[in-house]
Amino acid sequence: MARRRLIYVPFWLTYVFLYTPIVVLVVMSFNSGRSPYVFEGASLKWYATLAGDETVREGLINTLVVAVGTTVLSTVLGTLLAVGMARYTRSRLLDALGLLPAVLPDIVVGIGLLVFYNLVQVTLGLWSIVLAHTVFGMAFVAAVVRTRLTHADTSLEEASRDLGATPLATFTRITLPALAPGIAAGALLAFTLSLDEFVIAFFTAAPTQPTLPIVIYSMVRFGVTPEINALATILLAVSFTVIIVAQRMTRLTESLR
Amino acid sequence: MTAKHDLAPPGAAPGPTAGRPPRRSSRRSRALGTAGARLAFLGPGLGYLFVLLLVPLALVLSYTVFRRGRFGGVVYEATSENFTRLFDPLYFHIVLGSIKIAALTTLVALLLGYPTAYAIARLPRKWKTIALVAVVLPFWTNFLIRVYAWVIMLSGPGLVNEALTGIGIIDKPLELLYNQGTIVTGLLYSYLPLMILPLYAAIERLDPQLGEASANLGARPARTFLSVTLPLTMPGILTGCVFVFVPSLGNFVIPEILGGGRSIMVGNLIRDQFLKARDYPFGSALALAVIAVLIVLLFLQAWASRVYGGTEGRRG
Repeated sequence: MARRRLIYVPFWLTYVFLYTPIVVLVVMSFNSGRSPYVFEGASLKWYATLAGDETVREGLINTLVVAVGTTVLSTVLGTLLAVGMARYTRSRLLDALGLLPAVLPDIVVGIGLLVFYNLVQVTLGLWSIVLAHTVFGMAFVAAVVRTRLTHADTSLEEASRDLGATPLATFTRITLPALAPGIAAGALLAFTLSLDEFVIAFFTAAPTQPTLPIVIYSMVRFGVTPEINALATILLAVSFTVIIVAQRMTRLTESLR
Repeated sequence: MTAKHDLAPPGAAPGPTAGRPPRRSSRRSRALGTAGARLAFLGPGLGYLFVLLLVPLALVLSYTVFRRGRFGGVVYEATSENFTRLFDPLYFHIVLGSIKIAALTTLVALLLGYPTAYAIARLPRKWKTIALVAVVLPFWTNFLIRVYAWVIMLSGPGLVNEALTGIGIIDKPLELLYNQGTIVTGLLYSYLPLMILPLYAAIERLDPQLGEASANLGARPARTFLSVTLPLTMPGILTGCVFVFVPSLGNFVIPEILGGGRSIMVGNLIRDQFLKARDYPFGSALALAVIAVLIVLLFLQAWASRVYGGTEGRRG
């Protein structure tokens, strides 16, 4: 029996390893002192500093603009691609191409686009990040929508075609409504990934319009201050809430089915 | 089922008939519609991936054989000097060192992740979900924030030093930041969930009766683990290793922030060639080296999972 319990040592070690830094980060964000290491007393002053920080606010707005643009573009292109790949071709090569953005290291995608933008001599801006993020955003939307398509019953689509509907009518009236939950999940994934993405944005952003991850990067490089902890705590709270809500929602929709 | 296939127009039906030319001329206009639909569905996405993924990738690959211009650009004159420079001890050591750091991270992740995934798989159903969500949760928080958290943990007056002096193991704070161990810690923290998830999926699928059978036949637990559990979960091990190794190898943020610039990795080198030295051709050659390592790795994975996939197939 004692031997069986031994396995729980690495198990607990993993969770201590994963959560200690997060707890320290959050606790130190409420520090009244200037250091993120020594807790001197509770205060919200770093949250006030953060609220007045222009760079952070601009970074946040840029990030949201990029994420919304990426989500719209990725969802449209990714859904079309998924339907096309599931219903109109059986090419293995295209499957591989669709997976490529997810497999390639992000630094390779980043420098590739940097070189490309340089060669066609465009002025970088938020749009260049949107185009870059859509490369992987579309791939993830396509992957999520496709898993739904392969599980979907094709008899309705066949009936629609046999009754003389055009491919467009079949798509908009039959395929699309059936795919809606998959498309929504894919869109949410593209949005979250874009919101958090740093490396590709780093190579494709204009220096004057950094996204929030790029702002955080320069803050962290510049030095440690509890202001970063305050920002980190807010971001943690947002992503934890989103994940738990998403978890609840999938369980809810599953139970309704 | 067969009747359904006969009714569906060719090219649209699932199964082996898909993609064939139309058999009956009366269906011709609809077949044309199918061709148009194929273009409408596949065209935009594939065109996009062609222009913004394949063309940039081809550019990077082709730059490896050209000379750098005096002021940054590329001079289209064939040369092999970028590849010769790769084997310059200065750069070669960094490439090898990066492979070592990524491999070490993968190994530690496996040693910590396997028993964790095993324990999660044996938990009661309700706790299993909570334990899994708890593994993924940190992964969905901003990557830079997670790296920053370790700067605070490991710095001179940070928690780790406090704890060590508190227990009395050391009397002066250690220099914990800015070495290879710190880089491995940061990479491990960032990518451990990517190891645990595929391992969990593989262990969860295991039939517990196999272990019982092995024990009943007189095998010791270690023997059962080595000749039953380990081979059967090998596909999960390989996937987890690739998931951790790939993002570790090309990383430049963690070496910069936690490595203090003293022990840089190939990712930093690539970044600097493109953004500081403006030597696109050599930067491209370094990127190609990273891609080459990953291709070798993916082939190894495919080969190994075929070998072990065979073992799994014999189960039934």
